[in-house]
Amino acid sequence: MKRHLPLIVTAAILLVLFGAAAIAYDGFFSARVLVNLFSDNAFLGIAAIGMTLVIFSGGIDLSVGAVIGFTSIFTATLVAGRGVHPLVAWTLAVALGAGLGAAMGTLIQIFNLPAFLITLAGMFLARGAGFWLNTESVGIRHPWYEGLANFEVAIGETVRIPAAALLLLAVVGLGYVIAHHMRFGRTLLAIGGNEPSARLMGLPVGATKIAVYTLNGACAALAGIVATVYTGSGNPSMGVGLELDAIAIVVIGGTLLAGGRGHMAGTLLGLLIFGTIQAAILFDGRLSSWWMRIVVGALLLAFILLQRFLVRGAGKKG
Amino acid sequence: MKRLPASILWLLAGLFLLVLLNLASDPAFLKIAVRDGHLYGVPIDILNQGSRTMLVALGMTLVIATGGVDLSVGSVIAIAGAVCALLLNQGAGLVITMAAALGVGAFAGGVNGLLVARWHVQPIVATLILMVAGRGIAQLICDGQVIIIAHAGFEFLGNGFVAGVPIAPLLVTALFIATHFAVRKTAAGLFIEAVGDNETASHFAGLAAARVKALTYVFCGACAGLTGVLTAANIRAADANRAGENAELDAIFAVVVGGTALTGGRFSILGTFLGALLIQTLATTMYYRGVPPAVAPVPKALLIIAVALLQSEKLRGWVAGLWRRKERTA
Repeated sequence: MKRHLPLIVTAAILLVLFGAAAIAYDGFFSARVLVNLFSDNAFLGIAAIGMTLVIFSGGIDLSVGAVIGFTSIFTATLVAGRGVHPLVAWTLAVALGAGLGAAMGTLIQIFNLPAFLITLAGMFLARGAGFWLNTESVGIRHPWYEGLANFEVAIGETVRIPAAALLLLAVVGLGYVIAHHMRFGRTLLAIGGNEPSARLMGLPVGATKIAVYTLNGACAALAGIVATVYTGSGNPSMGVGLELDAIAIVVIGGTLLAGGRGHMAGTLLGLLIFGTIQAAILFDGRLSSWWMRIVVGALLLAFILLQRFLVRGAGKKG
Repeated sequence: MKRLPASILWLLAGLFLLVLLNLASDPAFLKIAVRDGHLYGVPIDILNQGSRTMLVALGMTLVIATGGVDLSVGSVIAIAGAVCALLLNQGAGLVITMAAALGVGAFAGGVNGLLVARWHVQPIVATLILMVAGRGIAQLICDGQVIIIAHAGFEFLGNGFVAGVPIAPLLVTALFIATHFAVRKTAAGLFIEAVGDNETASHFAGLAAARVKALTYVFCGACAGLTGVLTAANIRAADANRAGENAELDAIFAVVVGGTALTGGRFSILGTFLGALLIQTLATTMYYRGVPPAVAPVPKALLIIAVALLQSEKLRGWVAGLWRRKERTA
């Protein structure tokens, strides 16, 4: 029960927020708004899933926003400018994202450098590389892109789930399996809980840490690809500051930023809270966009204090 | 004269190299001319442009020395700028406005300090809150607009000259010297290093570790507040969206390049000054070479990695090992 308290609190906040918005605004409680919560935030969600795994291990990755920007302009340049098939471009983009992640993970692990600093360098590198490819937004026209943008799965008469939302759900499912039903996820949590004892237990600490940054790099690249489908274009300045939103979502989802404790389902709930606030502000029309930041900041504060007291309670008991 | 530490020598070597590189392509790089009684030239430009990063980095140095970090400085800069616009446009005096901006910065730092020192929240997490919410607050104050500030005294603060030298670098240099003496000629610096090295041990040694820690955040907040004033004065406007953008990254970067370890326990104020100077010289070099501003982060990234590797014990061990092996075979 206590272990799942953050998760329960997150779910309760989501219900309260959504309920309040549904009462306040006509038409908020509809299948369309619900589906849009998933599809509008698909690329942020995919980035947050990868970030959750990194944070499980006690690390952090500030480069995801920049990798999304780089991937989007990279894919657009290849598909629109060079006539490369989207599948090839996507594969290359994911490989590049994973490569950057692996390089950062290797530096962090082998030379025992702070993740904060190295991923900061990664962020500068990816952003610079993106702007080097093109400083302007590039539109993408390709049958595959149009097909994906219009692809929907109909459930019943009124509910239509677009491809982006489906992909987000698939990644969440995959993330859940990796985090909670595979040895890899368990090792991540062990490293985040206490790295020296994980090492003494004979867990492959080094390989796992490098792997999680690699996986996160691939996740960020995938998020960038989804962003190109969502906007129909590539833009090197896409995803500026997105890493902060992703970290905020993970923390609101009840995952401990120090690592070692958390749940993938929490990240999905955190994403939905984020989306609900955004949708409510849009619905209202009078509230300005900056309320978003203030509310997210307040939620962050509330969750961090909640975790603080939970962890202290657990410490006393042990 | 004490021997300079290795990190300072590295910095000076880096600066020297950059200047040489620039002199090779432009012999007038170091030239300073006097025009209308004001000093002009690239070095003055570098000092002027770099002064704001230096000021943020000064506060950040002490925070990092306690083993912490303050991500909220960029947002605090935006809030302080917004406060300046609000007060000056309502006819408040310059002194009151500056005091208010400094106070807001110190208060923000106090909140961070409370979270970190009293409630033991990880510094990255604690300051992340204000980083996210702070820009929203600044936009709330400005109502989402860029507010133009028309005030002669305020403008002078941002773009004026004293004895031919621009005000901002003068002020910042004075603050660096004052801070250096305040922490190195008293026990304050030792306290900060002790807390950064081992908080529990310093607590048991009778040090008010939590208070020392909290005060560094207050100082850092005040520095960010003053930077907000200088930034707003420089562009004669409060821009809640762009003011202080990436300031936290540049400041942390300057501190780390200056030889202060992110793990805390020791710091170098001179190092931070030179670190910020090096970064600004690098940025100016890029600019003069016609490198597009968007690509400019790349050399910065490479510099971070190089400095991080230089400070890595592991790499030093490897290199030392190679050296020994060579000696043995010789």
